[in-house]
Amino acid sequence: MSKPRACLECLHRAWLLARLAPYIEKIATGAPGSRSPELLRLSNEDLAAVSAPSVATQLLAGVLEIEEGRLREELRAARCWACCRHDALYPEGLRDAADAPWALIGRGDAALLAGLEPEGAVTVVGSRRATSYGREVARELGRELAAAGMVVVSGLAFGIDGCAHRGAIEVGRTVAVLGCGADVSYPQAHRSLWRRICAEGLVLSELPPGTGAWRWTFPARNRIMAALAGMTVIVEGAKRSGSLITADLAADLGRDLGAVPGPVTARTSAGPNDLLAGGACLVRDAQDVLDAMLGPGARRIDRSGPDLDLRLRAALEVVEGGVDTPDALAAALDLSGAEAAAALASLEALGYVSCSLVGAYTRTMLRPPPAGI
Amino acid sequence: MLATARTFTLDGIAARPVRVEIDVRRGLPAFSVVGLPDTAVREARERVRAALANCGFEFPLRRIVANLAPASLRKAGPGLDLAIAVALLTASEQLEWEALPRVAMVGELALDGSTRPVPGALAIAEAARELGAEILVVPVENGAEAALAPGIEVISLESLAQLPELAAGRWSPVPPQSLPFVLDGDGGGGDLADLRGQPHLRYAMEVAAAGGHSLLMVGPPGAGKSLAASRLPSIMPPLARGEALEVARIASACGKLAGGPVGQRPFRAPHHTISPAGLVGGGSPPGPGEITLAHRGVLFLDELCEFRRDALEALRAPLEAGSVAIVRASSALRLPCRFMLVAASNPCPCGRGEVDAECSCAPQAVRSYQSKLSGALADRLDILTTVRQPSAEAMGGEAGEPSASVRERVCEARERQASRLGAGRCNAEMTPAEARESALAEGAAALLAESYSRRRLSGRAHDRVLRLARTVADLAGAEAIGRDEMAQALQLRRRDA
Repeated sequence: MSKPRACLECLHRAWLLARLAPYIEKIATGAPGSRSPELLRLSNEDLAAVSAPSVATQLLAGVLEIEEGRLREELRAARCWACCRHDALYPEGLRDAADAPWALIGRGDAALLAGLEPEGAVTVVGSRRATSYGREVARELGRELAAAGMVVVSGLAFGIDGCAHRGAIEVGRTVAVLGCGADVSYPQAHRSLWRRICAEGLVLSELPPGTGAWRWTFPARNRIMAALAGMTVIVEGAKRSGSLITADLAADLGRDLGAVPGPVTARTSAGPNDLLAGGACLVRDAQDVLDAMLGPGARRIDRSGPDLDLRLRAALEVVEGGVDTPDALAAALDLSGAEAAAALASLEALGYVSCSLVGAYTRTMLRPPPAGI
Repeated sequence: MLATARTFTLDGIAARPVRVEIDVRRGLPAFSVVGLPDTAVREARERVRAALANCGFEFPLRRIVANLAPASLRKAGPGLDLAIAVALLTASEQLEWEALPRVAMVGELALDGSTRPVPGALAIAEAARELGAEILVVPVENGAEAALAPGIEVISLESLAQLPELAAGRWSPVPPQSLPFVLDGDGGGGDLADLRGQPHLRYAMEVAAAGGHSLLMVGPPGAGKSLAASRLPSIMPPLARGEALEVARIASACGKLAGGPVGQRPFRAPHHTISPAGLVGGGSPPGPGEITLAHRGVLFLDELCEFRRDALEALRAPLEAGSVAIVRASSALRLPCRFMLVAASNPCPCGRGEVDAECSCAPQAVRSYQSKLSGALADRLDILTTVRQPSAEAMGGEAGEPSASVRERVCEARERQASRLGAGRCNAEMTPAEARESALAEGAAALLAESYSRRRLSGRAHDRVLRLARTVADLAGAEAIGRDEMAQALQLRRRDA
């Protein structure tokens, strides 16, 4: 298989973006939620003139002067490679977008890039400020979609993004699209996850190695995520969440849009609930995503868990009812503290519930087999 | 003329013997104190001068030199006043006390000659006995404390004015009654019956007490975390007499015995603004910190996430070692600190937790808040329990099981551990090798292996679960760890991030 390649012109574009980043920051984030990607449709000359009028010519000349050897050396030093829109490996999905990046800088598995088609990729995004429900759903979506052979695309951010990656990387393929250089782990706290995706998945960015994150680069990378996948699923997000920008962009490109419903009283689910009201595809689990993308029943996910005895079945029902501590479980079923502990541990070992850092239990998407009579 | 008297100075929690030598001779009137005295000791000159005058003695207008031997030991505190006064009286021939070579004494003097209490009377009494003294003179307030030490006659002195009578044998004081031993009390924290509902919290506390495991409680304010923690000493096994004396010695050295009964497990709950030195010990001169005061008892860190990071870091090594070494340029101390660590935390800065729709904490704030729940100290916490506001029925319902019956089960479990591991050791202290030797029933081994292989457990957590499971089995009286016991241990364990 051929290696990804990038021409000098497209590489120069990436480096120009990095040089212009502080200038674009000034004009692109004047209003919250502004669509910085629109700027990225402009040609090199126009972009420089619009964003940095006083130094446009010098900047542009400075970038175009950089020799090809130096660019490639920088890529090599950061253990990255590049692929441009003139290369056959350039993802098909991005060609649909008028403001698509000229070059993609990647780190990790280049073969994954070659196989990246909208029909085989799902973008799972959501709020950084996620609830344990959202995290659980994101992780399960990531895991099951990856297990079903889909590539899970997300943004490596805190909350939903991180969970989707974590779920996917355990069983399959995932792509992280960053708003900074592909060799930079942003956020810092996701270093270990970033390292794992670099090793087992793929990290993409339109910015050259070493570029830091700017506010405008996040909506900009959202347009890449939206274009890469055939369907974008919003798991959680408030009304003005950045993930809704991704949803907008996906809709503009004519991609499928999915949303995970949440309580109508929860601020964190206001975004996806609004999308659902506006006609987005209802996503309860990975099966809903597969049905929407490939047609109903085209690919089936088997999600039945191991058999449960009566005691555990009763405990599971109580947890499904919203009980999240052993104390409350004990009160609901009139168990001793020890019995409640044992029941929750058994359910956790079987994969029916999961437990957070502070000890709150959440139901997973695993379904118990029908009760025997 | 030359006279000597024996006394003690406190070094950490240990009493060090000091010999006061006083030389009175003709010359310009002067009173100097040599031999590494601190400010309080140097000021003894003024107190002794006034006390003598006010008790009808004469302060000799001669050249007086007081030497505190050994000269290399730093002496601190006003406890040397009494010995200086007695030696001075003897040297100036105003007091003739035949028994003086067999007497040790300690006490601060007021200007009117009455005695004031000093810290560490118990340690001093024991040290005096070791040194071969037969009589110990202490201030009247310290009498009951000093009388805890067997094998030495304790005289409580009210005033310097009583000395001539005592020396002449015309006054034979009543020996002070020693402080009472109460080995099975509740530590002053109240009874566990006050904790209503919350069966899992009670269960977690029982396991923690039975195996000596450390405990982390997470829950909103007002859910009963502090109440539960303060009840822990009441369900821990009673102290042995030797342990009780050890605890009393520490409390006495810190002036915290205060006439209370001896033999209770201490319960220390320092405020979260505490400094590292306040927590593990230090200062100048170095003294014991909260962890030493909590020796053989409970150290409760409420609002764990609010504690200073350096203070929590300082806890780690002493927690493992069971003792803390405080080394300064001038001194080195080793203090005991085998305590049970109990911590409580809110789930997020606002305290409501993400399950509550009212919680408005920013994700970054929650993350940095909870980072202390997965840091290096949290790694030493064995049990995690989530505490929620008990329901109205539970609050209005009947009282919970009283401490006494829980303590009975805990003691039985401890006995099983002692017979397996050796006296005084508990499951929390098992080495990884010992933990892995625990007998596992078939179901338990399968459950543990499954949890381990699903990457839900780290290697360290694996051993922690084994220790917990051993305790759960000890509580149930089982030889081998069964599947249910293993499940309970898996549930109780602290979660990694």
